[in-house]
Amino acid sequence: MGERQETERPKKRIPMREQPPGERARNFMEVPYGYTAEEAVEEASRCLQCLKPMCRLGCPVLVDIPAFIKLIREGRFIEAAWKIKEDNALPAVCGRVCPQEIQCESLCILGKKGEPVAIGNLERFVADFERDAGEIRVPEKLPTTGRRIAVIGSGPAGLACAADLAKLGHHVTIFEALHKPGGVLIYGIPEFRLPKIIVEREVDYIKKLGVDVMVNTVIGKLYTIDELLTEGRYDACFIATGAGLPLFLGIPGENLNGIYSANEFLTRANLMKSYLFPEYDTPVKRGRSVAVIGGGNVAMDAARVALRLGAEKVHLIYRRSEAEMPARRAEIHHAREEGVEFNTLTNPVRFLDDGKGNVSGVECIRMELGEPDESGRRKPVPVKGSEFTIPIDVAIPALGTRSNPLLVSNVPGLGLTKKGYIVADEETGMTTKKGVFAGGDIVTGSATVILALGAGRKSAQAIDDYLKWKFWDTRKFAPS
Amino acid sequence: MYRIARKDILSEAVVSFEIEAREIANKARAGQFFVLRIDERGERIPLTIADFDRDRGTITTVFQKVGKTTHHLATLGEGDSISDVVGPLGTPTHIDRFGNVICVGGGVGIAPIFPIARALKHAGNTVISIIGARMRELIFWEEKMRSVSDKLIVTTDDGSYGRKAVVTVPLDELLTNNEDIQRVYAIGPAIMMKFVCITTQKHRVKTIVSLNSIMVDATGMCGACRVEVGGETKFACVDGPEFDGHAVDFDVLMARQRMYLSEEKEALEHYRKKKEVS
Repeated sequence: MGERQETERPKKRIPMREQPPGERARNFMEVPYGYTAEEAVEEASRCLQCLKPMCRLGCPVLVDIPAFIKLIREGRFIEAAWKIKEDNALPAVCGRVCPQEIQCESLCILGKKGEPVAIGNLERFVADFERDAGEIRVPEKLPTTGRRIAVIGSGPAGLACAADLAKLGHHVTIFEALHKPGGVLIYGIPEFRLPKIIVEREVDYIKKLGVDVMVNTVIGKLYTIDELLTEGRYDACFIATGAGLPLFLGIPGENLNGIYSANEFLTRANLMKSYLFPEYDTPVKRGRSVAVIGGGNVAMDAARVALRLGAEKVHLIYRRSEAEMPARRAEIHHAREEGVEFNTLTNPVRFLDDGKGNVSGVECIRMELGEPDESGRRKPVPVKGSEFTIPIDVAIPALGTRSNPLLVSNVPGLGLTKKGYIVADEETGMTTKKGVFAGGDIVTGSATVILALGAGRKSAQAIDDYLKWKFWDTRKFAPS
Repeated sequence: MYRIARKDILSEAVVSFEIEAREIANKARAGQFFVLRIDERGERIPLTIADFDRDRGTITTVFQKVGKTTHHLATLGEGDSISDVVGPLGTPTHIDRFGNVICVGGGVGIAPIFPIARALKHAGNTVISIIGARMRELIFWEEKMRSVSDKLIVTTDDGSYGRKAVVTVPLDELLTNNEDIQRVYAIGPAIMMKFVCITTQKHRVKTIVSLNSIMVDATGMCGACRVEVGGETKFACVDGPEFDGHAVDFDVLMARQRMYLSEEKEALEHYRKKKEVS
């Protein structure tokens, strides 16, 4: 068949057009514009439609990638979106924030000689196309089972789990502590990387499936898990509260004014829209010189938000070298393009005070890489006498999070790890407490949207099984 | 939406709301707080649950008009609604039968000390209460406080009502004349709590304070409310809001409370201008 001949395919992937760096670094509009229909078809036509598609194995939720790409090539965009939704309830989100380069795209056969198919871009295209066409299809649901499931947390794990359970005919209620559903998708990931309207539409889709979403409801305070299971008459619970509590450096001066955890800085900017202050009530310090400490995606997000709030300089401070940064390459690239200055092999020692309780500088020390540590990465060690000071008026430690004990420490019978995360079976999300499942960051610690989504899906299946058989096997959780 | 069932104007600057929030009322305990957001553009602010009525399904809060949000809030009336009300948050007060206790409430701090005094009284303690404010018109809930106290002392800074003194004066006298005080509870402006703690430290009486730091999510997620207690950083929203007052670094608390002074001014001016236009 002629269409399978490689010569007819463009070798190069179709790049997604995006706002120029100088321009976008001063606004909150989304950075990439998305494909046009022509671009999407052309990119889709690069796919070899492998008989044994490796890409699919790289996807934590096993989306039928070749099938949806084939539909795009045939111009059947809406059907392509539905195809993805068979396995992934949040395609518009995942098309934007999944690390495709280490998942599906890393296994694409085209990547061996050239560039892999832009699977993420195509996923985003069809999801957006479906929304814009206004043809949101609600899949057929199984007959009502009469079973009730409480999902705690409305981030990616909770939404995915709720969607699957609703499709199976169960009655699902999501309890969310904040005033808006979406979890990290709403409070954490910035507008320019994931427009909030996209998240709102994904949540609307979940609601259309019949899921009830209760905001302003802090489980652990308003109701305990046991109350949900007894008085609330829920047959099972799925805990997906995320990781939550921000880590700090623990160095002198860290409680000075102008020092934010990345969680706080991003929550103010994203959830509370403080970049629109005073039209919106929540303020945020607009630093002229900002230090962001860390090398993950959240650090890149915080640095890029600081730029957009008007910072003249944003210093990214990371104690290892760029090669060790956990952030996606694309995020590092975007941040650098926009003007974030990278201070790698640098570690903050203390924050300096302006005499009025505000931060005025950060004293740092240069590091060099020594022997590999337990993570396999070379351990940074300080270079004696290399201290220097960066003048700043805002600092944002983005060092990751730890388990939030608010809910999990108040559930009798729920086993926790030493770090306070929930002990749960990886395949099912089953915990040590009968009827209680858990998934996402509250089990794994900080991870990705798609992994949380995958955990939510696995638990939905396991909850469905549990509701049929009421079988609870905790032998897996032998005391460690 | 959460309806305002009753509004009382306690003084020119202080207002009390009884808000319909049945589930929160059912769970609320002394020492806890809630977060509210007036509308879509509003900020999240923590306010103390000063009272709760499980039959009526309401919680009561008292606030002072300080910034944009509290000024805006004060314009709402009975029957109006608030977009978001979240609670009950924070760790409840540890209530036990200690013996003799003193409850100190200063300014709007009179409101949150009330449910604590009431719970302590119900637990069988002898409760001496001191409430104080700058002037007569800022004193409220005198009868409510009297009803849960074995003895009530009222002070004003300017002597316009009750005794002309700051709250630490009668407190110091009580502790000097009565060696059998097991605990002191103090809620009010940070500066008042600081001096209460200096006073009680002298007499070595354990003192519990409730810290009103700036919060956003108020569930431990952001760390805006961090305070220094015993040399360690704690989150007032989940570790508190009550702490051992003798271990609290009040200077850090006061500095952090001032973080947004200029923004608060800007927001209030912006709000007033917008109101004038409309």
